[in-house]
Amino acid sequence: MDEPTDALDGVTQPKHHGTSGETSAAYRRDGQQPDAAEQLPGSQGGPVDQHLVVVGGGMVAHRLVEALRDRDADGAWRVTVLAEEPRAPYDRVALTSYFSGRNAEDLSLGQPELWEDPRVRLVRDTTVTAIDRAARTVTARRNDTDHVTSYGYDALVLATGSSAAVPPVEGTDLPGVFVYRTVDDVAALRGWVEERAARWKRPVRGAVVGGGLLGLEAAGALQALGAQSTVIQFGPRLMPLQVDEGGGEALRRLINATGVAVRLNTSTTALRPGRDGAVRRMDFANGGRLDVDVVVLATGVRPRDELARAAGLPVGQRGGVVVDEACRTEDPAVWAVGEVACIDGSCIGLVAPGYAMAEVVVDRLLGGAAVFPGADTATKLKLAGVDVASFGDAFAATPGALELVHADPVAGIYTKIVLSDDASTLLGGVLVGDASAYASLRPMLGRRLEGDPGAYILPEGAGSAGRPQTALPDDAAVCSCNNVTAGTVRAAVTEHGCTDLGAVKACTRAGTSCGSCLPLVKKLVTTELEKSGVTVSTALCEHFDLSRAQLFDAVRVSGLRTFSEILARHGRQDLPAAARGCDICKPVVGSILGSLGAGHVLDGENATLQDTNDHVMANLQKDGSYSVVPRMPGGEVTPEGLIVVGEVARDFGLYTKITGGQRIDMFGARLEQLPAIWRRLVDAGFESGHAYGKSLRTVKSCVGSTWCRFGVQDSVALAVELELRYRGLRSPHKIKLGVSGCARECAEARAKDVGVIATDKGWNVYVGGNGGFTPRHAQLLAEDLDTETLVRTIDRFLMYYVRTADRLQRTAPWIEDVEGGLDGVRAVVMDDSLGIAADLDAAMAAHVENYTDEWRATLDDPEKLARFASFVNAPTTPDPSLAYVPERGQVRPATAAERAQHSAARADGPGGVSEPRAGAVLVAGTTLEVRR
Amino acid sequence: MSAVVLGTSGRTAWTAVCHVADLVPERGAAALVGGEQVAVVRLVDGTVLAVQNLDPFSGAHVLSRGIVGSRGDAPTLASPMYKQVFDLRTGECLDPVGREPVAGGATLRTWPVRVEGGLVLVGTPLAAARADA
Repeated sequence: MDEPTDALDGVTQPKHHGTSGETSAAYRRDGQQPDAAEQLPGSQGGPVDQHLVVVGGGMVAHRLVEALRDRDADGAWRVTVLAEEPRAPYDRVALTSYFSGRNAEDLSLGQPELWEDPRVRLVRDTTVTAIDRAARTVTARRNDTDHVTSYGYDALVLATGSSAAVPPVEGTDLPGVFVYRTVDDVAALRGWVEERAARWKRPVRGAVVGGGLLGLEAAGALQALGAQSTVIQFGPRLMPLQVDEGGGEALRRLINATGVAVRLNTSTTALRPGRDGAVRRMDFANGGRLDVDVVVLATGVRPRDELARAAGLPVGQRGGVVVDEACRTEDPAVWAVGEVACIDGSCIGLVAPGYAMAEVVVDRLLGGAAVFPGADTATKLKLAGVDVASFGDAFAATPGALELVHADPVAGIYTKIVLSDDASTLLGGVLVGDASAYASLRPMLGRRLEGDPGAYILPEGAGSAGRPQTALPDDAAVCSCNNVTAGTVRAAVTEHGCTDLGAVKACTRAGTSCGSCLPLVKKLVTTELEKSGVTVSTALCEHFDLSRAQLFDAVRVSGLRTFSEILARHGRQDLPAAARGCDICKPVVGSILGSLGAGHVLDGENATLQDTNDHVMANLQKDGSYSVVPRMPGGEVTPEGLIVVGEVARDFGLYTKITGGQRIDMFGARLEQLPAIWRRLVDAGFESGHAYGKSLRTVKSCVGSTWCRFGVQDSVALAVELELRYRGLRSPHKIKLGVSGCARECAEARAKDVGVIATDKGWNVYVGGNGGFTPRHAQLLAEDLDTETLVRTIDRFLMYYVRTADRLQRTAPWIEDVEGGLDGVRAVVMDDSLGIAADLDAAMAAHVENYTDEWRATLDDPEKLARFASFVNAPTTPDPSLAYVPERGQVRPATAAERAQHSAARADGPGGVSEPRAGAVLVAGTTLEVRR
Repeated sequence: MSAVVLGTSGRTAWTAVCHVADLVPERGAAALVGGEQVAVVRLVDGTVLAVQNLDPFSGAHVLSRGIVGSRGDAPTLASPMYKQVFDLRTGECLDPVGREPVAGGATLRTWPVRVEGGLVLVGTPLAAARADA
């Protein structure tokens, strides 16, 4: 353990030595072997040992070899891949992730064993210099040794891809100007930015020429390296090939929001060097200038068709080797796939169509008759915080096409779908800001959309119906990266015995490339499993085979009270000795012990079962600070109470907001401040509001008959009684109650887990309502109850739910799961059909009797207070990363862009402190004076 | 207890951050080591491990407040923010929960830890320790 650790960011490249001589020797022999010239390559029954040469070692070449080895069961073909880069094919699509810390090895594709297959030879670091079509040989030169080798072929596949296009602008050869295409490009860019940042001790100023897909990824990559980033776009919008004008504007706002600057309609005329000879300034046609330390050129790609040209093969008008629908060139022994192939008059710079071409060629080599199905040009931008997808006829070029647009500039959302003239068939779409519908829409391309098409482009959850549930046809492509259909996914479950998402991924390769289809794949798998009668496992996690309800009963009966004992007794028997539970089962056990009245949430070993909210009894916010919510039963609060809350918020510099549950939330409290804040609140008579717990939150009420002209019952008094009765009750998920004093329902009680509405004769009680992702109205459980019966009914309902619901299952889906549904629940709580009513009543009585305020108990216990230290070696030092910005008279956490701006300003200024550049003033932590 | 550079061994500087008794088993603690935030975790068997406190998936320094557990043989730490699970020994992200990191790579930096005379010592490469001193 006392070895010095390796530097984390030092990327190591595996070096491959020693095999090149053998390899070329082996194939020189092959080359001298007489070719079966009279045999057409690809025809069946040919010589058993044919030789395929693939020029190029990119993703498409990889797929081709992989597919050939999968399908060539008889071993008809040997393959030699001649790769220019010194490494095996890698995931170029994921190149940008290399910036967020992944190693080059993480970009590797598929199974590395592919390259150890005896019928596959990968020759790296080797450039093919010529093709002799008459002799059927290619000449290749080792990049490091200049050693020249000739390889004979029976079939030749050109998979040479593209090179980055360099715009005809002065200065593109200056140091500090990069293209964005290979791992080496990216590594060089990274090295440059890091070196400049270290030399100048300030953020590096970067610019990207080109605002297309690649340019935006490059801009994101620069930012990930800590550089400032400006995108220079010649045209009037970003991603012009994928999004329309409205989408482009929404996209620009989103990109801006990530801290990347955008200059549209800007033509770069020259890159100028500084005194050190490296790029220093950009000049624009409009007279503008931009100081830069690094420039990335992302203005497009050019197919690498030079070999084909030299060999006399036809090339397209804008480059690319012309191929037919079988991906075959004019020469029947030569094929072209991927970006270099000019098919139907154009080259396609996306990986999915390249994969499709690779499959076509393999099929043809093995005697099949596959044809290229046409390009799926659907794209999804992979950039953190920016959700963009485009597919099909995104520009509504089809005659008569209808466009359905939803734009919300405030939320930064622009969604559009393109439909056929009768509004029935999906032709394409553009999704900016919220691409959540992409996975379900793309497979429906060219098919009838059922239901209201508008529902697809509205934000998820908007409208009462929600998104239509589409039953995908079997031949609909689900994963276009790997060309997997819905039918294949279903068959993985029904025919190949896959029982979970992981197995289906391994079996079908669906979702293994870009992953955007995974939610859809998961849904298909679950549906199929349920349909085929396979019980979808209810096991909690790898440590427990039991469901939450089963575990609840087991713990209740066994009476065990520590996690270690419960894991040993009720956990799986085959666990390794080191098994210690996980983030799934530990909070579940914590909740069960809490419901069973097993003491304070921070007692002994139980403290380790809780996630941070329950552990520090506050709500974790996005920057790592917490919010604090004192209980205000029924939403009732005295003026003195309000003053105390106001004073506490003011003294600790907290942001305050009224919650939906009729109380006050105070945000921005640091871990080490929580006890001092609660000391003040507890001294003023407040107690924990359990806003952090899976437990009773609030009982919302209208003002009721005491003040309201229309009220028929005292809803506030009942709400206070209920809230004090159920406060602190630990449950599978949060529980909310509401009480309305008349049928006008001002408390919105039917949106609650338990809603009580006053009638002339008493109370109606409704159960199973919730807001959130899938809003539900509560359903009537019983009518005209007197208060005592009402309370007993709610007692039983809640306790039955606490005991039998699944983890994180709210009351509405739980009721659906109870045998008999709502009637079943009614039978248990009203008619005691299971004979457990007395037990439920006793459990609730014990809960009410044993309730203590967790915060008061914590303040009284020095040992528990020790857990609120910010740092174990500096208990009162605030987290130095917290930063806030004033807004509307309060503070909010600084955004990433504001932080970057602030640190840039600090680095520039004398003595490390200066005004931030534009407007926002940063407050380090909540620095207001704290009165103790 | 204030951070003290106790001594050097090989090319590593060792900083005492706390007594081992200050660490609740399976409950992480944050420590400042040479200006960096480190999440220090004591397992039930007494082993102490250290990874970065910065949660790469949220950008907040919160990992020390996550749930400690296990996946197979690996001791793990789950982010309290979006619930990614990390191997405490290697820093490897075992389950990204479908998210992409926003601050650095998904793999956590790890620090070597020694327990000597009841003190928890966190090791940093010597060059880094000098620069911060």
